[in-house]
Amino acid sequence: MKLTRVIHSGGQNLDSAFTDSLQPSVSRRGFITAAGMGIGLAAMGPSLVREAKASGVAKDPRNLTQIKTICGNCAVGCGFIAEVENDTWVSIEPWFEHPINQGSLCSKGAAAREHVISEKRLKYPMKLEGGKWKRLSWDTAMGEISSKLQDIRKKHGPDSLMILGSAHHNNETAYALRKFAAFWGSNNIDHQARICHSTTVAGIANTWGYGAMTNSMNDIRNSKCVFIIGENVCTSHPIAMQHILTAKEENKAQIIVADPRFTQTSAFANKNLKFRSGTDVALIYGLVNVILKNGWEDKSMINDRTYGYSDLKEELKRYDLETVSDITGCPVADIEHAARLMAENRPGTLIWAMGGTQHANGTSNTRSYAALQLILGNMGKPGGGCNIFRGHDNVQGATDLGVLSNTLPGYYGLGVNSAYKHWSNVWGVEHDWTKSRFKNEKIMGKPGFTVARWYEGVLMDSKELGQDVNVHAAFFWGHSSNSLSQMDRVKKALDKVDLLVDIDPFVTTTSILPDRKDGVYILPAATVYEQAGSVTNSNRDIQWRNQVVKPVWESRKDLDIIIDLADRLGFGKEFKKNRKGPWKQLPEDITREWNLGMRTIGMTGQTVERMKRQQEWGHAFDLKTKIAEGGPCDGEQWGLPWPCWTEKHPGSHILYRTSIPVAKGGMGFRARWGTKAPDGRTLLAGNGSAPVASSINEGYAEMKNWKTDLTGKVFEDAIAKGLAPYGNGRARFHVWTFKDDPVPKHREPIHSPRPDLITDWVTYDDVKDHFRVPTLFKSLQKSDWVKKYPLILSSGRQVEFEGGGNSERNCQWLVELQPEMYAEIHPRLANDNRIRHGDWIWVESPEDTDSEPSRIKVKAKVTRRVSPDMIYLPFHWGGVFNGKDLSDKYPEGYVPYGMGESANTVMNYGYDRITQMQETKTGLCRIIKA
Amino acid sequence: MATTNITIPNRSASGPEGKHAPARMKFYVDTKRCIECGGCEIACKNENNVPPGIARIRVVTVNEGQPGETNVAVPCMHCSNAPCISVCPVDALFNRADGIVHVNKETCIGCGYCLYACPFGAPQFPQGSPFGKRGVMDKCTYCAGGPEEAFSAVEQQLYGSNRIAEGKLPMCASVCSTKALVAGDAEEVANVVRYRAAARGSGNIWGAGTAYPSN
Repeated sequence: MKLTRVIHSGGQNLDSAFTDSLQPSVSRRGFITAAGMGIGLAAMGPSLVREAKASGVAKDPRNLTQIKTICGNCAVGCGFIAEVENDTWVSIEPWFEHPINQGSLCSKGAAAREHVISEKRLKYPMKLEGGKWKRLSWDTAMGEISSKLQDIRKKHGPDSLMILGSAHHNNETAYALRKFAAFWGSNNIDHQARICHSTTVAGIANTWGYGAMTNSMNDIRNSKCVFIIGENVCTSHPIAMQHILTAKEENKAQIIVADPRFTQTSAFANKNLKFRSGTDVALIYGLVNVILKNGWEDKSMINDRTYGYSDLKEELKRYDLETVSDITGCPVADIEHAARLMAENRPGTLIWAMGGTQHANGTSNTRSYAALQLILGNMGKPGGGCNIFRGHDNVQGATDLGVLSNTLPGYYGLGVNSAYKHWSNVWGVEHDWTKSRFKNEKIMGKPGFTVARWYEGVLMDSKELGQDVNVHAAFFWGHSSNSLSQMDRVKKALDKVDLLVDIDPFVTTTSILPDRKDGVYILPAATVYEQAGSVTNSNRDIQWRNQVVKPVWESRKDLDIIIDLADRLGFGKEFKKNRKGPWKQLPEDITREWNLGMRTIGMTGQTVERMKRQQEWGHAFDLKTKIAEGGPCDGEQWGLPWPCWTEKHPGSHILYRTSIPVAKGGMGFRARWGTKAPDGRTLLAGNGSAPVASSINEGYAEMKNWKTDLTGKVFEDAIAKGLAPYGNGRARFHVWTFKDDPVPKHREPIHSPRPDLITDWVTYDDVKDHFRVPTLFKSLQKSDWVKKYPLILSSGRQVEFEGGGNSERNCQWLVELQPEMYAEIHPRLANDNRIRHGDWIWVESPEDTDSEPSRIKVKAKVTRRVSPDMIYLPFHWGGVFNGKDLSDKYPEGYVPYGMGESANTVMNYGYDRITQMQETKTGLCRIIKA
Repeated sequence: MATTNITIPNRSASGPEGKHAPARMKFYVDTKRCIECGGCEIACKNENNVPPGIARIRVVTVNEGQPGETNVAVPCMHCSNAPCISVCPVDALFNRADGIVHVNKETCIGCGYCLYACPFGAPQFPQGSPFGKRGVMDKCTYCAGGPEEAFSAVEQQLYGSNRIAEGKLPMCASVCSTKALVAGDAEEVANVVRYRAAARGSGNIWGAGTAYPSN
């Protein structure tokens, strides 16, 4: 029976890198092989497999090239090593020495290769002609598209084009696309950040200056308390759990999860706070009130580094614990317990994601989270901060680079004589030439349509719009249409728009959803692995992503498509250069171009050379501090997180940290709103609250010309004096420009399941011109919605998919793990409605602005994750609409492996008052057995 | 990259290289860490070109959506005294010297007795190529290929990759999101468990609560 066969290595020592990643304390070098694990949560160790004699280890006979690259799914920014043979991607090896993920990959990352090798990859350009998909050459396709664009421009002007850009574009491509829109002459460009974290950016940038995650994934290892609200880390950012679990195990950190569902992450919590969707502000104020009542607040942080505390205290009076408990459904004892855990375990970090942001009052939610961290004194400290987990791999970068309808790159805004002047200077074009591209200066300075509601630009009468023409052409450039709520309306716009261009590695729902016979173009784009460039992860680390293989089939790099289009539209010459001269090396010269212009957030010191050098030195960086010890990167922080002011600056791992000098990444809060508030109170930080080694040990204003000086001298002078170029100001509890909510308030969702609370906690007034469209609030907040639609409707993620899922649903392995769309339904609700696990049900939502309610047909997944008063839908699905399978509308051979109804078809109307973020977490619905 | 001051000393100056006892390969799943991300499942498919319908490793969730929810990644556990080997009527299954349990697909008749015997549901029975000539049994190989010449085309086709021969560990454990799934020489796996026990202040081995009830 036992024929024993021993091969070469006979099982001795393998994979020292692997063991290392498990057990970092063990010496790691000197083993023959590379891969390793650590012990802690770290990795595995050098000796998990004992080493074979060097001669005893066989060698893979293939001639493989190893290429380090960065995962293109979520924003954690994991690295891996792609192995390539003859320009074919054949396997993946763990990059054990990558400081963020230490070799780890979730299902999406492990399936990265399938994005390139999938049989469903688009092979050539196509257009819809007479109801049939027809193959085109690139030249014909681009020629037709550009001439149609020119016609539309002639007839309707530049604002008749809407570009939906992408958070999967690398920094260079994102920057080029935003530049393209400016040269075309419109602000009608936007991307997924609008519907992802726009409310975070608006909320916290208005609190303390910058709108980004303040600490890092790795820094969670330093936390003693991890408060997670509106984020299911296990599913959305799996590798971040490595750091969270390290904190839990090695620091005995308290993990507190606040969520309406019992999520995969709730299973790892020490304390769960189950609360009603859409009541975040009330819950946070409940916690704050417990903290203040017990005197647990950080008084010096509040006195020396914040503004508007008295206004906040005034608002807090409305939130006694009984009221909070009534609003949120969270027991008083739980709120008290959680507050005590946070107060007794400092520093603590606060993590949030789309559960907090995607609400009609999302900006208030994010501001309330920030307020809690300020009051606890957790800001500007290792182990503290607001660890805001962004979605896509480069959503932070695409946001920074202004693929948004309300700003140019670097959050400069749209000021015709400020922002556009600065960037024209960087671009090396005359300011007057830039102005000449727009219809007029008024529209040039006015925020454009957002991805959340661009379709109204097609559908509404142009008299109702904030511009005098309708949208006639739409480019979906790496953006899923099934990510947009109100999909019934989206479809109508897709039906109606004159020219629809879908640029993506796969056929997306955008191309197959509309009922039309002509006017749709599909252009095959390369995936992120077929183009090089830099990407910014959630915690501002900018990493260079190497190209793994050449674009497959006839697909092209996004950057090449942008440049081709600029050429054909007649502004290629101005486009392909900057003040230093024409682009010669791509994408590197574009990196250098944004290095030059991105003064505001210090995306100035991350040179191509530094980024590429860090790739080779991952092992030198400490996991907790992210600082390299020795070697050529000595003292640098991994990813050169912005602000990285100069080429000598190490980057700023932890924002607003005053315990280290500016030269090493220290800074106070940004003095962004002058030195005095309109009410006369100071906005400058108090005595003794400047970063150490500062020549001014109190608050100070921003440096003169720091945002526009392209020589870097202002930065160098400031750093030499220990000063942050942006000043040293106060974080604001009170934001006077937010007229409705100068201090965040709880407001009942537009579709509230508690009509009795609407009077006291009413939503906003309707807004007439909000990103060029009217937006409704009060007129839709009806107390009788709940009679017909008694269930709360919420959406979220599945670990195998990302965003609209158009790439992952074309990957066979992932679809095998997650084969179908479903609705989560509690056993009690299921039984009361005679629904059993696996039954088909209709989920129906209110009619909102349309005359008909919206419906989707999905399978019931009976589970206790949800409470009996709610329905939960994953949002990655497409290809089925109102119960109808759309397979026959795909070009032949391109039907994805995974097809299902889009949750966003039934997501209710609702948009954030400040940013127009769509409300997808708190709606109403009813269910009917199909 | 050192993150902690807990160490497990190597008492010989030469470290792990100095050990001479034969290795005994084991998997260990830390149920306090497995987050059901599916990374191991996909990594296995990518590395070994596993066809649809075959799960050489599967994450199982206990008590989904409720307090006590726990995930366990279940590959072939490569038992020392493997029941599958005992029951195989044609001796297609065997233990290598390093403890890895292999199936010889050219001997296997696809009867499925091993599935009866296996406590973990490891044996898989595919329909078609590239593994499934006549639907013979397929299972986790510990990324050690099979009883063919290492890296040969036939090994690649019937069994998948051979990382062990290259001195690398199984892919599933190599990429595990939270380092929950640990693979390697039993002694080194034990060191990982010891380390974590020290870091946590308590052991957490799956089933420990049953074996040593706390009352």
